[in-house]
Formats: sequence, structure tokens, C-alpha cells
Amino acid sequence: MNVELYEKIWMWASGFLIVAFVTTIAVGVAGSGLQPPSHVETIDPTKVWNDPRFAKRGVSVDEHGGATVVLIAMMFAFQPAEVHVPANRPVTFRVTSADVTHGFEIVGTNGNTMVVPGYVSQFTTTFRTPGEYLIVCNEYCGLSHHLMSAKLIVEPQP
Amino acid sequence: MTRSDRLSLAHFWVAILAFGAASAMAFMQALSRASLDLPWRSAKMYYLSVTAHGVLMALVFTTFFIMAFGYVVVSRTLEQEPSGMKLAWAGFWIALAGTVTAAATVLAGRATVLYTFYPPLQAHPAFYIGLTLVIVGSWCWGAVMLLSYRSWRATRPDQPAPLAMHGMMATVIIWFIATIGVAAEVLLQLIPWSLGWTATVDPVLARMLFWYFGHPLVYFWLLPAYVIWYTVLPRAAGGKLFSDPLARLVFVLFILFSTPVGFHHQFMDPGVSAGWKLLHTFLTFAILFPSFITAFTVTASMEVAGRMRGATGLLDWIGKLPWRDPLFSSVALSMILFAVGGIGGAINASFGMNAVVHNTAFIQGHFHLTVGSAVALTFMGAAYWLVPRLSGRELELSLLARVQPYLWFVGMMLFSFSNHITGLMGMPRRIYDASYGGSTVAAAWKGLTGVSAVGGLFLFASAGFFMLVMIGTGLAGKRTTGQPIEWAEPLHPVAAERTWLDRYWVWTAVAIVLVLIAYAYPLWIHLQMPRFGSPGFKPF
Repeated sequence: MNVELYEKIWMWASGFLIVAFVTTIAVGVAGSGLQPPSHVETIDPTKVWNDPRFAKRGVSVDEHGGATVVLIAMMFAFQPAEVHVPANRPVTFRVTSADVTHGFEIVGTNGNTMVVPGYVSQFTTTFRTPGEYLIVCNEYCGLSHHLMSAKLIVEPQP
Repeated sequence: MTRSDRLSLAHFWVAILAFGAASAMAFMQALSRASLDLPWRSAKMYYLSVTAHGVLMALVFTTFFIMAFGYVVVSRTLEQEPSGMKLAWAGFWIALAGTVTAAATVLAGRATVLYTFYPPLQAHPAFYIGLTLVIVGSWCWGAVMLLSYRSWRATRPDQPAPLAMHGMMATVIIWFIATIGVAAEVLLQLIPWSLGWTATVDPVLARMLFWYFGHPLVYFWLLPAYVIWYTVLPRAAGGKLFSDPLARLVFVLFILFSTPVGFHHQFMDPGVSAGWKLLHTFLTFAILFPSFITAFTVTASMEVAGRMRGATGLLDWIGKLPWRDPLFSSVALSMILFAVGGIGGAINASFGMNAVVHNTAFIQGHFHLTVGSAVALTFMGAAYWLVPRLSGRELELSLLARVQPYLWFVGMMLFSFSNHITGLMGMPRRIYDASYGGSTVAAAWKGLTGVSAVGGLFLFASAGFFMLVMIGTGLAGKRTTGQPIEWAEPLHPVAAERTWLDRYWVWTAVAIVLVLIAYAYPLWIHLQMPRFGSPGFKPF
């Protein structure tokens, strides 16, 4: 195969760029544990309201000051509709759906996960900036999808 | 008009009419997103039209156009009638019946599930059956393409396929591998469930099967556009193809890496572990390589053209290119937009970073540069080239055709860039109204949704021009003969013998091994897990 010099230079440069991209991702995974929410846990989607894991919803704080937020996504609301969490502490979100597939996105952050019925979504993050955040559903879930939102209040810590 | 040209034209016209209908819906959506209160604006109409736009553009316009183009490649590069004309026409009527069935179900408001149709949103069974028929029709086309190649090869055992046919062979192979996934989802899960034969489905399994299909679907759209970039554009520019063998390598790499990458659409999904998502990430980056080569080869081919037209300086070859020819300008502008879209794709594929953009307006900004420009604008350019030649008519309203690609380019810049930015600001995609009850966070998106609507206006005007030119040409174009369909010559002569790049069975086998590595084990693990099905919902 006849490959010209300029083509060879371009192909090596392209290969190098791709290796650089992949290395960046690998370093993020190995070094900082950066990964998308990939929790594997199943739940009966027709019985979420009585399931012991989701019967008590809202925020609970552990002895180290970290918080766990338990929510149910449903057409067309999050339950509870407002949650308060501490700043600068690890916050774990646990979300499942009572009906169709929803999204759970904390606007202005990288807090983002799909909420698929039959599965529990879970991710942990830390909020550095206190204030009010908008949570939206970002997966089409029916005619009032664009109204499905909630409030997250990040409270400053002493 | 030959039998083969009549076959191609029938497919082109279905594609063009689907495009026209879907464009009108898109315009209405762009205005709705900007919260402009127009008559008949309602959430029901909005989501219904998003579904119709997605199905008609992404599945009907593309598939029928690609089928049409495939038959043109057979008749004008292999220089023979497609083998199995009856099967080809059967495929056309089956796919058309499926299109009408699915579209009618959507327009009746019984299938507002978007073109991704994620369960447990449950459409009327006619929607799933209609889509199945579209796929079955496309399989007939795929079989005709393979049979045509086989009969051509029978008399030329050592000769490599013409490059355009090589690219279409890659397209067909990818399509057969990819559609296994959606066939499994629709036939085993969704149709029995929507008919009430089964009570529940597993939505994550459905998503895995859908995206097994959904990403190679992207290459099914893109590869015929690449065929046009490699084998039509250099000639339209007045030059030659810079490298034939590298183009062949590009198509082979797409056969290998198109399918084992689907989890990059499911980064944010629960129920799929991070390790498998990471493997698919690495394979996704491998597929950047053939597109990088393409960027070089097509740009170099245009430079060759500019120099053959008398350019001597470093960059003056750009000005020498035929920017007033609608075929050339459509394709060239589509490639510029694709360069931006491709970089956006690398961002989307970046594993953890995907969390910032997943399901935001960034995504619709992205894919309107790729499928909505690289593919759609290239296809429009190809329609200006092929429809008059196949019909034996002159292109009517050629001034509109000359302006149209530029309107699309400007409209898409406005639409896409504003959506990329609002996406980074967190605005979700596919929402009827972006005000969130007067939220201050959402108020910050307002100006840019207006820019997006202005982009939509340009795009709608552009689509309208395209439709006028096409319908004008089809109905009133002056009859003429002897407009040739010609393909680009390579700068260096093509190898006379088949090489390792022309061994389609070998590459298909390697592709299947890669698919098994990427999918067999995660699917098996998934099926072992205790899972709970979900009943259907129809919130529309």
C-alpha cells in the first residue's frame, strides 16, 4: 500500500492524540476514581414505596457528617421534592423509579444519572458551593416531563 | 429510464418526502423550546412531533436514502442491474408499509415514546410492528446488495470492488450485525409485551439491546456519506481522490469498531458495571482513527482539485473550489460541521466527563452536526446531483439550490452552538418548555433558546428551499438526456488485484469476535442477575 509521508505523519499524530485521550481517561479512573454512576442493585419496581430501602425517604446523616439522600422518581415529581445536604461532606444519592425511566440531574454540577425502574441508581459526590440547586428529570417520561423538578439546598457547614 | 433508476428514484422520493414532513415538525419544536406561545402549542403536540421528527429523520429519511444510493452504486459502478429486482421492490413496499404504519400510529397519538422508544413507556403494537417492517425492508435491500456484489465478482474473481461499492459493502455488513440487537429487543421484548402476551419487560436489558443497535446505526448513516466524500466530492471539486487504499482501510476499520461501543450511550445507566463501560470507551476512541484519516484524505483531495484549477499558493486552492455548485458546497460545508461534531463526540465518549453533558441540550447540539449535517446535508447535495440525472430532467430552481447549503450551515451553527452552551449550563434535551416554574437557573438559558429558534428558522427555510427544488425538478424539470453520473478517479491507479482489505468475510468474522468480547459476557452476567420486570405505562 502506497502511503505518502504527510499521510504517515498525520496518522501517527492521530494515533498519538487518541492514546492521549485514552490515557487521560485511564489516569482519571486510576488516580481519582472518576467513573460514571454504575451501581448494580435491583428492586421490584411495583413495590418501591414499601421496600425497606425506600420506605423512609429524605436525608440521613451518618456519624462522620456524610449524608445519604433517598429519593423516588415518579411521573412527574421527585419524592421528596426538596432536600437539604451539608456542603463539603460526601453526599450519597440513592434513587429509584416508581414507574417509567427518568433522569436525575443536578443542574450546574456533574451529578447526573439515569433512573431506570427495577434498578437502584447510586452515586456519591461532594458539594463545595452552598446554595440552591435545581434538580431536573432529563429523560422524557410523559406529557409533563418538563415540569418534573426538585430543589437541592446545600447548607454551609461551620 | 432504466428499471434500476426507477427503483432508486422510488426510494429517493420516500426519503425526500419524509425529510420534508420531519423538517416542519422540527421548526415547531425549536419555537416551542424558546417558550414562544404560538397557536396549537401544547405538550402533547410537542412530544408527538419530537417522536415523529426522530422516526422520520433518523429511521425513514436515512434508510430510504441509503437504499436508493446503494442501488445507484450497484448500477453505476458495478454497471449492472441489482440482482434480485423482485426482492428489491418487495423490500421497498415492506419498508414503505412499515413507515406508513408507524407514522400513522405516532400521528394518532398512540406512540409518543420518542424514536428511542425506551420501555416501560409503551406504544401501540402497530408502532413496533411498523418499525420492524422498515428493518425487514432494509434487510431485503442488504441481501440485494450482497447478491449484486457476488454476481459481479463471479466474472471478476481477482478484481477489487470499485471504492464506492467497497464502502457500501461495509455499510451493509454493519447494518446486518447491528440490527440483530434491535430485532431482539422488539421481537422478544416489546411486541409480545405491547400485545399483552407478557406482563413486564426488563428496561435495562432493552436499553442494552437498543444501544447495541443504536451506535452502529450512526455508522450506517455516516458511511454512505463517507462514500460520497471519497468517490463523488473529489470529482465535483474538479480533482482526484488522494488515496484509494487508505479509503479502503477506513471502511474496514468501521466494520470492526462500529458495534462493540454501545455502552457509551449508557454511561449514566444503573445496572451496567463501570468496567464494561470503560472497555467500550476505549473501543469508541479507536473509531476516531478512521475519521481522522478521512479528514486528511478528503481535505487533500480538495487541495488537489484547487491546484488542478490553477492554485499555486499555500491556501488559495480553497478559493478555487466550486463553492457555487450545490453538490460541492453541501458536502464541503457538511464536512466542516462534522469536524466540530466529531470533537463533541469525543467529549461525549469521555467516560466520567459524560456526566456533565448526558441528556442535556449538548447532545442534540452534537448530533445535529453529525447526522443532521454531515449526513443530511451530504445527502441533500447528493440529491441535487442524482435526482435530475436519474429522472432525466434538469435541476429546477437552481438558484435556491445554490443558496440552500449556506442557509443550512448558518442555521446549524446558530442552533447547534446555542444548544451546546445551554447543555453545558444544564438544560435538558427534549423538553416542551424550559422555564421550570420561573426557576432563576432556568432563566439563564432563555437568550440562547431564542438563538436556537432563530437557527431553526434558517434550517426550516433551507429545508423548504430543498423541497421546492426537488419537487420542482421532479414535476417540472426540463427533460434532458446525457447527464452522466461520474465517480472520482484516484490520484494513483488502483491495485489490479484484490488485497487483504477486500476480504469481507474475514473482516466480518473479526467484527463478530469483537462484538462477542464486548457484549456476550456482560449480557450473560446481566441475565444471571435476579431482575424484576416493569409493566407498561402510557403517559401521553
